[in-house]
Amino acid sequence: MSATITAPKTDTPAGNLAKARRMVTLDGNEAAASVAHRLSEVICIYPITPSSPMGEFSDEWSAKGKTNVFGTIPQITELQSEAGAAGAVHGAIQAGSLSTTFTASQGLLLMIPNMYKIAGELTPFVMHVTARTLATHALSIFGDHSDVYACRQTGFAMLCSNSVQEAHDLAMISHAASLESRIPFLHFFDGFRTSHEVAKIEELTDDDIRSMVDEKLIAAHRRRALSPDHPQIRGTAQNPDAFFQAREACNRYYDACPGIVKGVMDKFALLTGRRYGLFDYVGHRDAERVIVAMGSGCETIQETIEYLAAKGEKVGLIKVRLYRPFDCKGFVDALPKTAARIAVLDRTKEPGAPGDPLYLDVVTALFEARTAGAIKDIPSVVNGRYGLSSKEFTPSMVKSIFDELKNASPKNHFTVGIVDDVTYTSLKWDMEFDIEPDDVKRAVFYGLGADGTVGANKNSIKIIGEETENWAQGYFVYDSKKSGAMTISHLRFGPREIHSPYLIRTAGFVAVHQWQFLEKLDVLELAKPGATVLLNSPFGVDKVWDRLPIEIQQVIVDKKLKLYVIDALTVARDTGMGGRINTIMQTCFFAISGVLPRDEAIEQIKKSIKKTYGRKGDEIVQKNFAAVDHTLSHLYEVKNPGKVTSTIHQEPIVTGDAPDFVKKVEGVMLANKGDLLPVSAFPVDGSWPLGSARYEKRNIATEIPVWDEAICIQCNKCAMACPHAAIRAKIYDPGQLAGAPGTFKSIDYKAPDFKGKKYTLQVAPEDCTGCELCINVCPVKDKTNPRHKAIDMMPQMPLRAAERENYDFFLKLPNPDRTTLKLDVKGSQFLEPLFEYSGACSGCGETPYVKLLSQLYGDRALIANATGCSSIYGGNLPTTPYCTNGDGRGPAWCNSLFEDNAEFGLGFRLAVDKHQEFAHELLKLLATFIGEDLVTALITADQTNEAGIQAQRGRVVELRKKLRLIETDSNAAIIGAHNSTLSQLAKRLDVVADYLVKKSVWIVGGDGWAYDIGFGGLDHVIASGRNVNILVLDTEVYSNTGGQQSKATPIGAAAKFAAAGKTMTKKDLGLIAMSYGNAYVAKVAFGAKDVQTVKAFQEADSYDGPSLIIAYSHCIAHGYDLAGGPEQQKVAVETGYWPLYRYDPRRVASGHPAMQLDSSAPKSHVTQFTKNETRFRMVEQQNPERFKQMMEIATKDIDARYALYASMAGLTAAPKEAIPAATPKPSTGGNGNSGNGAH
Amino acid sequence: MSLITHYLGLTLSSPFMPGSSPLADDIDMVRRLEDAGASAIVMRSLFEEQLFRERYATIYHMEMYADSFAEVRSYFPEPSEFSFGPEAYLEHLRKIKGAVAVPVIASINGTTSGGWVKFAELIQQAGADALELNIYYLPTDPTETSAAVEQRVVDVLSAVRAAVTIPVSVKLSYSYSALPSLAGQLQQAGADGLILFNRFYQPDIDMENLEVVPRINLSTSQELLVRLRWLSILSAQTQLSLACSGGVHTADDAIKSIMCGAHAVQLVSCLLRHGPGHLKTIKDETAKWMDEHGYASLRQMQGNMNLSRCPDPTAFERANYMRTLQSWRDPLGMKTL
Repeated sequence: MSATITAPKTDTPAGNLAKARRMVTLDGNEAAASVAHRLSEVICIYPITPSSPMGEFSDEWSAKGKTNVFGTIPQITELQSEAGAAGAVHGAIQAGSLSTTFTASQGLLLMIPNMYKIAGELTPFVMHVTARTLATHALSIFGDHSDVYACRQTGFAMLCSNSVQEAHDLAMISHAASLESRIPFLHFFDGFRTSHEVAKIEELTDDDIRSMVDEKLIAAHRRRALSPDHPQIRGTAQNPDAFFQAREACNRYYDACPGIVKGVMDKFALLTGRRYGLFDYVGHRDAERVIVAMGSGCETIQETIEYLAAKGEKVGLIKVRLYRPFDCKGFVDALPKTAARIAVLDRTKEPGAPGDPLYLDVVTALFEARTAGAIKDIPSVVNGRYGLSSKEFTPSMVKSIFDELKNASPKNHFTVGIVDDVTYTSLKWDMEFDIEPDDVKRAVFYGLGADGTVGANKNSIKIIGEETENWAQGYFVYDSKKSGAMTISHLRFGPREIHSPYLIRTAGFVAVHQWQFLEKLDVLELAKPGATVLLNSPFGVDKVWDRLPIEIQQVIVDKKLKLYVIDALTVARDTGMGGRINTIMQTCFFAISGVLPRDEAIEQIKKSIKKTYGRKGDEIVQKNFAAVDHTLSHLYEVKNPGKVTSTIHQEPIVTGDAPDFVKKVEGVMLANKGDLLPVSAFPVDGSWPLGSARYEKRNIATEIPVWDEAICIQCNKCAMACPHAAIRAKIYDPGQLAGAPGTFKSIDYKAPDFKGKKYTLQVAPEDCTGCELCINVCPVKDKTNPRHKAIDMMPQMPLRAAERENYDFFLKLPNPDRTTLKLDVKGSQFLEPLFEYSGACSGCGETPYVKLLSQLYGDRALIANATGCSSIYGGNLPTTPYCTNGDGRGPAWCNSLFEDNAEFGLGFRLAVDKHQEFAHELLKLLATFIGEDLVTALITADQTNEAGIQAQRGRVVELRKKLRLIETDSNAAIIGAHNSTLSQLAKRLDVVADYLVKKSVWIVGGDGWAYDIGFGGLDHVIASGRNVNILVLDTEVYSNTGGQQSKATPIGAAAKFAAAGKTMTKKDLGLIAMSYGNAYVAKVAFGAKDVQTVKAFQEADSYDGPSLIIAYSHCIAHGYDLAGGPEQQKVAVETGYWPLYRYDPRRVASGHPAMQLDSSAPKSHVTQFTKNETRFRMVEQQNPERFKQMMEIATKDIDARYALYASMAGLTAAPKEAIPAATPKPSTGGNGNSGNGAH
Repeated sequence: MSLITHYLGLTLSSPFMPGSSPLADDIDMVRRLEDAGASAIVMRSLFEEQLFRERYATIYHMEMYADSFAEVRSYFPEPSEFSFGPEAYLEHLRKIKGAVAVPVIASINGTTSGGWVKFAELIQQAGADALELNIYYLPTDPTETSAAVEQRVVDVLSAVRAAVTIPVSVKLSYSYSALPSLAGQLQQAGADGLILFNRFYQPDIDMENLEVVPRINLSTSQELLVRLRWLSILSAQTQLSLACSGGVHTADDAIKSIMCGAHAVQLVSCLLRHGPGHLKTIKDETAKWMDEHGYASLRQMQGNMNLSRCPDPTAFERANYMRTLQSWRDPLGMKTL
């Protein structure tokens, strides 16, 4: 094979340096950031997936005092947006700093304006980009090149890395080449596939890095900097006489750039032995068929070429590394002279373009080469699209491309990796084609998000990669849910370097860490014949076989799998590990997979435990050791009886009553087989049906609430608090109980308003996530046994079947007439939720507000949703939680961007108002035909309450009837000044008639949006005075991207990008909004005062102007058991940490202050609140004195704000008595075990 | 006038010291206590639970959702200096040692002889002059015998004793059925002293909300009496150092406890009520009283009223119970039995 393959990796490394280098296992983000941090002084960051970890690593390293290679600690600054980060780095480099930033996708787009400037000013600078899909018909966090391609015109040089090692190496080359060329570099690698792949690489030492950088170039950069000591002016405005020539003045730098990069690459090769070129050719020397590509796909192509070439196929690949400036000559030189057919692959889609970007470059290069006489004939070139949004790209697909190139006229503008049954662009590929060598061990693990499976696997890779001669690779696939999320870990180990950036297709080891996966999913699909299977089973070795579903048994029998079981949860509990099974399952893996000798593996696990937890306490280490030892004695092999004996079938993926689309599309996606869906399965514009979450039945709760109707006081607080709409209340006529299941509970409704009705509180057993918020807000205790409440948690399994039937019956009971309900806490919870069973975290503090919104206004709401948690649980496929009522009405929901949500929502309002205005105009024009009375009623309708809304809906029905008559009955009479016929006018009115019913426009998002990136727009929308309702779900961090600080983060809290605790107090967004005087503003916390929350929503909706509700949302990023969320909200309010108020400008007219305070002066010290949350405890534990000072500032801030609000509310604040700090704790700081559910 | 006393092998300028409490949490307060004449500083108890659960809880909450979703590597930064609870305690101990010249006595509250005992070693390494072992254990298991409960105390002491060379004293509750025997066993197992007694913070009941609520009440001089009795009994029988803790509010209280055999008098509630200066008041008044009553040294009156030396030892035993009851009933005008 080596005789025919060209693969330039043969330089001899400089011996001494090579010896000092370590082999490390890390992911692409860390690999790139490691170089960037060591070569920068000013790093400006903003979180965006999948690049956030680069900023996080940099922040942590600097917080730990890690210096760059010149001995100074890089300064890390988080900005309010990527636009801000780009502006800040632009300033930093103009002032002579070595600077970097990290971003992706829309974030990169926000940097483009500054990128033009930075390049135009010829400033050395490198940004590292995890290439990610741009949001089009939908958002995607995964990888392709659509974002980086959008920068190809900015003047940045663009260098592409294809693997984790390359992300490290080319990061280095980018920094060095930028300094030398003065051209700024965009260094990119594939989002997730490279950024999140964990691999074993050789790490560059500080000496390596220093030797690659000429300090004279840094000095030159500093000399060019703006300085009053040798001033220059940049950023002038130029006119037609000058601009054009001045723009051309940089040409020589671009001409020189490829040569400089080549030079740096050569220097790097001498240093490390790893040789890179601007265009690297690999493949047969006389290749006839050649693929041209960029990114991780090249690894797969190369792997496939090696396989095919060994079989005599004349195939090859050109890896484009320096994409800009595109060196046309270099490209043509790299192409084998024998190449007759070329397929250029692009990982993007540019609809309407003559071809995708790289294709156009290649065609241009070849055309120009022929024009210049460098080549005689232009080979046949076709363009193909692959891998959008991290779509799998496998050796089989590569083979299908080479096969296609054999055809006389290969398909152009093809796609590969999907089935396009609409425009037939796709190539077919052979699903069975497999080239993975046998000496690479492959293991797949199915885990739950919260069970630590991924962390343990990352650790296993580290053990194998760093403690043995083996190479290792890990890649992790997550599902779209936040509660009960499944993770699939794909691990490869072997004696040779691994270049397989695609998911494992057959594995010798499959571990299923959660039993429930067996109930629905085809988790043994990837097990190859004779593979070892490890199950975490609550059933003992003797019973487990009979509990396996038929489908699973069949696979085990057919493939002759070796089955092992362990009851990991019991082992975890017995050894004091709580519910964490990660160490136990990891031990099992090493014990039975044979990757390492068992004893050696156990020793390595223990070594690793010591490394991880050593400085966190010996007790933790000992507990983990005990878990390891205990594991081995509880791991059993189950005899494979060789025949199927089970009587249990797997559960269907979606319920039988699901609509066709849910079954055929969403169900396939839920079964992890979405890749098989053809193009025709999907709507053309990204629209998606509502309300499919209800067919999923995830069954993730081990315990669910059980109602004791005898002591329940029917307050509905549980339903109000439920984040998943999984506990609901209804009132109904007794007669409707006919046909109720035997265990269906019902009792007389107690309050006088619906005397004679029956009341039921019903749990959705298969949708409940078991978060216990309902239990914790239930105010009723059994007088004889106060431990028993009106709802208690009970094991779900025994209740599932009966409660499923009860819930079905419950749902069929009619909903009460909305107009008859008093919309307080209780009444609001009789309204049907139009947001249900979302994938939000169990115990989420945001979704109760969203659900309330949907109950109160969902049937006439338009929701503009900022990107973030709420857009993910609100709209991440496959299933959707927003749903419709019996009339087919429900929230119209859309996510535009992160930064523009307020403006997007304002757009809704503008359109709705215009529609209504137009409808009014048409009504007036047609008044004589419709009837004056109806027209007047429609225009002047009082729609301030549900009855008014319902009456108006009736009028619209009436109107439509009349319009139908006019439409059909009309002659050609022309009405009005617009030359329209009566019929035309009627049709126009018909289209907009629904807007005669009041619409409620909601702008929903998190604090990252409202306080930071979207604040400019938010401010403008509030100032506009338009009738929009803004709901800020304030978790005080960027929750969705992993807890980075925002301006809503409180002082003293640790957050990402504020590792040592935030030093500034929280921004008072409410006060800013109040300063306009025209906005309704409320600060609410449903756990503290649900009555006030419900009131605020109603006042916000009724206020004819901008309304802002800032809603306290407890979050997993706060670090405590969210079952205690409502209780912690109470403490937040009592300590003054989260004061409750409503600021209603309408009150001024009646002589009252606009401000109403809904919580009293702080009753206890803020530390009563902070002591319960890990985010604060971490900071206190790091430095108690510093934390104390922070809490003193926090206390002053709380007091000052309360005094201000009180004075605004016209209250005379009583002279404040000093509140003592929280009951002093041991100077250990912690005291968490006395907290509100903090444990 | 010499108030010098020997306690746990330490020679102290006086028996007066703050008891284990939040008083020593603040360095400034520690300095003020020394200025007021405190002869030693006793730190607040570090609970065994904190040694594991605190660390575990923090790690648990930090790791719980790490690597759960595609967009999130973890939810918390990983700081370089993660000084979990116990390390902070050690750091505080070092700070107190740096701030005062008097001996510093650390305190651990544990009920099992688990891995946390190693922490006693670290306390010693951090410079503690002695260690109080606060055994705060409430048996609720109906199968656990009183002998087993006492053995638990001895086991914990033995484990700690094996781990350190500094003096170790044991803080007990008075609800043991055979305190003198337990004291003997503890002495045999290597204890250097006893502190009489632990004050259990008793939980209260919220009738309205049907909840158990923790209630912290400061002590009163009333609580002294049970200490006096047991100081008298034990000081007559044991070579262990004895400290009186709980109920000393005035110089009179202090003098009584010394007369009953206390080598050290630990003050908490009165200092919380009146400030650190109250220690000086008690100390000065004690000296004054001794002077007025012709005592040249503390030694002279230490234990002069204990079971072996007092004129009427039966008063500390059962007979006294009868008398006390009678004295209580008389004011109510009820007939004596």
